[in-house]
Amino acid sequence: MLELIVISTLNGVLFGMLLFLLSSGLTVIFSMMGVLNFAHASFYMLGAFFGYQLTRWIGFWPALVLAPLLVGAIGMAVERYGLRQTHKHGHVAELLLTFGLAFAIEQVVQMIWGKLPMDYRVPALLDFPAFTIFSTNYPAYKMFMLLVSVVIFIALLIVLKRTRVGLIVQAALTHPNMVAHLGHNVGRVFMMVFGVGTALAAIAGVIAGPALVTQADMAALLGPILFVVIVVGGLGSLPGAFFASLLIGLVQTFAVSVNGSLASLFGPLDPSIGPSLLTDVWNVTIAQIAPILPYVLLVLMLIVRPMGLMGTRET
Amino acid sequence: MRKLMLAALALPVLALPVFGAPARAADTVKIGYIDPLSGGGASVGEVGLKTFQYLADQINAEGGILGQKVEIVPLDNKTNPQESLIQAQKAVDAGIHYITQGNGSAVAAALSDFVTKHNSRNPGKEMLYFNYAAVDPILTNEKCSYWHFRWDANSDIKMEALTNYVKGVPSVKKVYLINQDYSFGQSVRTEARKMLAAKRPDIQIVGDELHPLLKITDFAPYIAKIKASGADSVITGNWGQDIALLLKAAADAGLKVNWYTYYAGGAGGPTAIKQAGLDHQVYQITEGVANAGYQPAVDFEKAFRAKVGVTLWYPRAVNQMRMFKLAAEKAKSLDPVKVAAALEGMEFDVLNGGKGIMRKEDHQFLQPIYISSFGSRTDKEPFDEEGTGWGWKLIAKIDTAQATVPTTCKMKRP
Repeated sequence: MLELIVISTLNGVLFGMLLFLLSSGLTVIFSMMGVLNFAHASFYMLGAFFGYQLTRWIGFWPALVLAPLLVGAIGMAVERYGLRQTHKHGHVAELLLTFGLAFAIEQVVQMIWGKLPMDYRVPALLDFPAFTIFSTNYPAYKMFMLLVSVVIFIALLIVLKRTRVGLIVQAALTHPNMVAHLGHNVGRVFMMVFGVGTALAAIAGVIAGPALVTQADMAALLGPILFVVIVVGGLGSLPGAFFASLLIGLVQTFAVSVNGSLASLFGPLDPSIGPSLLTDVWNVTIAQIAPILPYVLLVLMLIVRPMGLMGTRET
Repeated sequence: MRKLMLAALALPVLALPVFGAPARAADTVKIGYIDPLSGGGASVGEVGLKTFQYLADQINAEGGILGQKVEIVPLDNKTNPQESLIQAQKAVDAGIHYITQGNGSAVAAALSDFVTKHNSRNPGKEMLYFNYAAVDPILTNEKCSYWHFRWDANSDIKMEALTNYVKGVPSVKKVYLINQDYSFGQSVRTEARKMLAAKRPDIQIVGDELHPLLKITDFAPYIAKIKASGADSVITGNWGQDIALLLKAAADAGLKVNWYTYYAGGAGGPTAIKQAGLDHQVYQITEGVANAGYQPAVDFEKAFRAKVGVTLWYPRAVNQMRMFKLAAEKAKSLDPVKVAAALEGMEFDVLNGGKGIMRKEDHQFLQPIYISSFGSRTDKEPFDEEGTGWGWKLIAKIDTAQATVPTTCKMKRP
């Protein structure tokens, strides 16, 4: 029992940190620009594929630096030539643009790399078990993921709350004209923010690629849960996203390890009732519904506390 | 003059059937390939498409079927039953009489139903459905259809073969079942329980897990559960990324058990096994292993790899296309009704050696089944997988008689 609790906690934290790595860029873009970027997971996928390709050519570590820069540049171009043009038509137009972009990126990736999973491996330097607990290994690579997540969290917090750059960026969202009058180029500020947000997604991609499967549907696989993270955490709140990621990671992991169902709690149903919807509900285990629990959490959160855990405004 | 004009008018009318007939004969026989070419299942669907195109090219090089060229028409169903019906209707509208599909039993059930209804409503325009990989037993039992033919061994047959093998392996004592939560995965788990209880009552089932289909990104919590259960063997029907990620997570956590799988050989599986270092600990149940050394299969594999660049995942697709050609030649017609009649009960020497038969009662193809394990190779195993250097090694061949389960099908014949 203790074994399962310790290991589930560890697994939950690791998965939660991966989620945070993914959602940090989304949160930054939303809180700074007010744009809900539907293509975020696609930039994450681009990061993974660029990371894979660059790893083949120049090795993992240069790829970890170069791929996010490339994706960030693409992100900036999207902001400069796409979002900025649609901005005047309001948020719906921006939303639709990123929505379409997600499909376009998936198609392009499929055209270049095909649909089969890539053979993207963990770098040899990190390919060893970091420690063993209850005879379960924890790979060094996962520890590396954890470390990167925490570093990004702290770095972002400091930049946004403690530096002039963060001040200007935040001011540009609510008072763009005032900021412009003070001599700052608001357009460029937004472009940089979008670039940084997509670069963060790419970092997540380069790092998650070898740990998960790098293939053309990886964006669709992780896209929905990112929105759960930022809504539960509170739209635009970085610490909120951090804690929501942890919460979702832990909830999901612990739910998987629980075998209980209504039947095991209250005993099996009277067989004379026969198979029906009720018997299905009665016999389903918590482990079986674990993967939908985050979405249940999302709905509950929107009903009970629409601004999310740490959000400041209504969703 | 007037007669001449009449004749001139009549000429095209008369000429139509005359010129029309050869034009139709030179037609192609089209096979609608309804499988995912986008979305989560695309990686698998793509390989299937290439396989069928290769087989079509091969038949065409030998003169086609009854002089007609075979053409594979790709129809993307996104692994979605609803979308599949739209694609099947598209096939009907394009005058296609043969469709083939393999990925997802829910899709297969929808298609089988569609084809059955279509044929009863449109006599004279029948179509046949060749199933090369959807293995839910229900398709050849309760929901069997005269117009549906299955070349893959259904999951009950695979489980029958597997448990017949496990019967003789005393080291298997504690088994953990982990499967995808849909009709196929559920049938794997129930059959495993039933057959193990009958053949090896001493085996303990220490876990029985169902997880959502193609939705899990991190299997670590499931691996933790397997580890906690103390299992020595895991039986899983997982396919696609669900098996690759499962094995990857097992490798990361250092879980050492024997894996009895249906589809570990799929995309990403071999790479994950090699990374995990699970040398000859992952077993697979298939209808053919090229490394078993049967010469025609070895030759086919060589040529296939040289041309397509991937492993032949579907020896059954080879059997399917070759039997289709034979049946059409036997019936001397490409009329689906006649081809169906010829296919029923047809015996065939399968690609990997041995006799197979298309059982008349339920249109399930019965064939020898092989169990192989993945790991380091000797001189006897020429083929590796995904560039890992490791390959499949034959462990056991289960003869057709040992790989047969009765059917409950009450076939409605036209």
